[in-house]
Amino acid sequence: MNALQIIIAGSLVAISCGLLGCFLILRKMAMVGDAISHAVLPGIVIAFMLTGSRDSVTMLLGAGVIGVLTTFLIEFFHTKGKLQTDASIGVTFTWLFAIGVILISVFAGKVDLDQECVLYGEIAYVPLDLWITDTGTIMGPRVIYISASVLVILLLFIGFGYKELFLTTFDPAYASAIGISTITWHYLLMGAVSLTTVASFEAVGAILVVALLIAPPATAYLLVDDFKKMLILTSVLGVIVSVCGYYLAAWLDGSIAGAMAAVSGFFFGVAFIYNRLMVKKSSKVKPSKTAI
Amino acid sequence: MNSFLEFFSFADPNIRYVVFGSILLTGSSAIVGSFTFLKKKALVGDAVAHAVLPGVCLSFILYGEKNPIILILGAFLTGWVSLLLIDYISAKSKIKEDTAIGLILSVFFGIGIFMLTIIQKSGNAAQSGLDQFLFGKAASLVGTDLIAFTIIALILICTVSLLFKEFTIAAFDKEFAATLGLPIKAIELILTTLTVLAVVVGIQAVGVVLMAAMLITPAAAARFWTEKIQTMVWLAAIFGSFSGLTGAYISYIAPSMPTGPWIVIVVSTIAFISFFMAPRKGIFYRVRNQKKIKRQINDENILKALYQLGEQEKSFFEKRTVEEILQKRIFDPAKLKAGLKRLKRQGYLRNKNGHWSFTRAGRDKGQRTVKLHRLWELYLTQYLRIAPDHVHDDADTIEHILTPELEARLEKLLDYPTVDPHSSEIPYR
Repeated sequence: MNALQIIIAGSLVAISCGLLGCFLILRKMAMVGDAISHAVLPGIVIAFMLTGSRDSVTMLLGAGVIGVLTTFLIEFFHTKGKLQTDASIGVTFTWLFAIGVILISVFAGKVDLDQECVLYGEIAYVPLDLWITDTGTIMGPRVIYISASVLVILLLFIGFGYKELFLTTFDPAYASAIGISTITWHYLLMGAVSLTTVASFEAVGAILVVALLIAPPATAYLLVDDFKKMLILTSVLGVIVSVCGYYLAAWLDGSIAGAMAAVSGFFFGVAFIYNRLMVKKSSKVKPSKTAI
Repeated sequence: MNSFLEFFSFADPNIRYVVFGSILLTGSSAIVGSFTFLKKKALVGDAVAHAVLPGVCLSFILYGEKNPIILILGAFLTGWVSLLLIDYISAKSKIKEDTAIGLILSVFFGIGIFMLTIIQKSGNAAQSGLDQFLFGKAASLVGTDLIAFTIIALILICTVSLLFKEFTIAAFDKEFAATLGLPIKAIELILTTLTVLAVVVGIQAVGVVLMAAMLITPAAAARFWTEKIQTMVWLAAIFGSFSGLTGAYISYIAPSMPTGPWIVIVVSTIAFISFFMAPRKGIFYRVRNQKKIKRQINDENILKALYQLGEQEKSFFEKRTVEEILQKRIFDPAKLKAGLKRLKRQGYLRNKNGHWSFTRAGRDKGQRTVKLHRLWELYLTQYLRIAPDHVHDDADTIEHILTPELEARLEKLLDYPTVDPHSSEIPYR
């Protein structure tokens, strides 16, 4: 039962991250996703102090705001200060993360967060952390409810905004020509990334969420050419990663989130080697076809 | 104040270790980071910082105890492999470099965490303290650490100063370096090695996540103050060392404070001050400069409109109302009002009962703007063969930028023309 709950939580988180990751890697914004996942830390700590609990909507919103602020700061230093993008990302997220770590040490007694949890999460505690209603009914693990609602929000977001997201990703010039605001969708997407990162934070931590954001989409990207297929394959990979990660961790008695990241890396490696072999094979027969 | 003196007398050997250790680490990573920054590969340092973790854990598993040299060797190895993999993945597939960096960073770190948790649960007592690689231990540096750091910092600084010119050329212009016969592959290899080395030691001071800041932030800050690379590297080293010192001091007066994050806060503050305040490159300077140019363009357009009104009636010193000016050219009324006031202050215009008229200097300035506009239109039609009805917008922009030298050359090139492509007269003084 516990195993099932952990796997479900892991899969939900992996699917949410993977779907957004598809957009991120195609927009060449993988490292912005990385930056946001670190930068939301102060938002989480502050919201935690203000509300005193981890499952509040305030916390999701607060961290979402910080995530969008991060994106804004990165853009601001890049466009107004002419600072190169990579440095702009590096300066911004390390600064916010440092503030987060300091806040944790200042309010060590009051905040139920420790540095380890920040880095790699505590998905193993999912079954212990139950949602109990005011009347005393036990509803099941809280994290599953949170990550399921985030996934639903995300699916609605992608479902209703598919055309806009797709166009602003692949052809921003055409998108703005037919009246779609690329900036609005850029910030909406970043807001979604922040929300997902925060919701996944307890389960997998700030750094491993990056593995789930990037590795499954990158794997799918190597294997299929169609964007819709890429989204579906990414989701399937997310579930497989969650299952394999759980059993690998159970077998060797290590961190589940770490094992999930390792497994997703392994799948990428397999896809990469397969991709290389196919390219070599096709280049022997005919000139290699150009990929998207 | 007492604690300030106590700290800066360096009487306590522990304070000495922490201070000099922090300064060495932050200073030398800032120097190496300057070059990765210039190569626009700043985030590669972030990837290496995360990728050393599995190396540390692997050497612990194989060796069974915490021998600093073995751990550093392991860290060095996986840090290196991560860089090779990033290059290989982005070169051999359609995966972009930033995706490759994020992928390697998170997957290596995940493997590292997985191994670390296995070690922690294995019950081997020697493992305690391995997690210092995650968060840094600047506040608890001891004598032996300091010796190791000093040696590595010396290696870094010596190599950089010996190969300074080579690194500079390789960072800015690879092709040029290759034509000079420089072994570009070898130079990049050395720089990569230095980056990994800087990360491997620096990570023990500030931890995995914040290591990226030690490489990137001082260099980014320094870049705003100078165009000279030598000055930039020195400045970066100074910014880095200063933040190391301050971070150590803060965690001395408030022992519950973590040193690493405070070092990063100090260096980020320096960087933000630089981004905004730096002369010439800072954001405030840029914004002010842009406003100044916009004002100048606005004012010159007002003078031009007044001059053109004068041309129509062959009378340049006539009094005009604001409405007349607005009929000649569309202005934002508020900007027009501000511009008129400014021009009066500068002695180009006179104002009597709401009527505006040129002074002699104002007429001359308006005349010059009109002249430059028409000269440029003629130049575009004659030399670039652009149709006369397509040249106006271009001329409207450049008339504010042309210098007297360019003006003289244009006159000469076009042989002192009298009319522009629209048969308007080109006014000479």
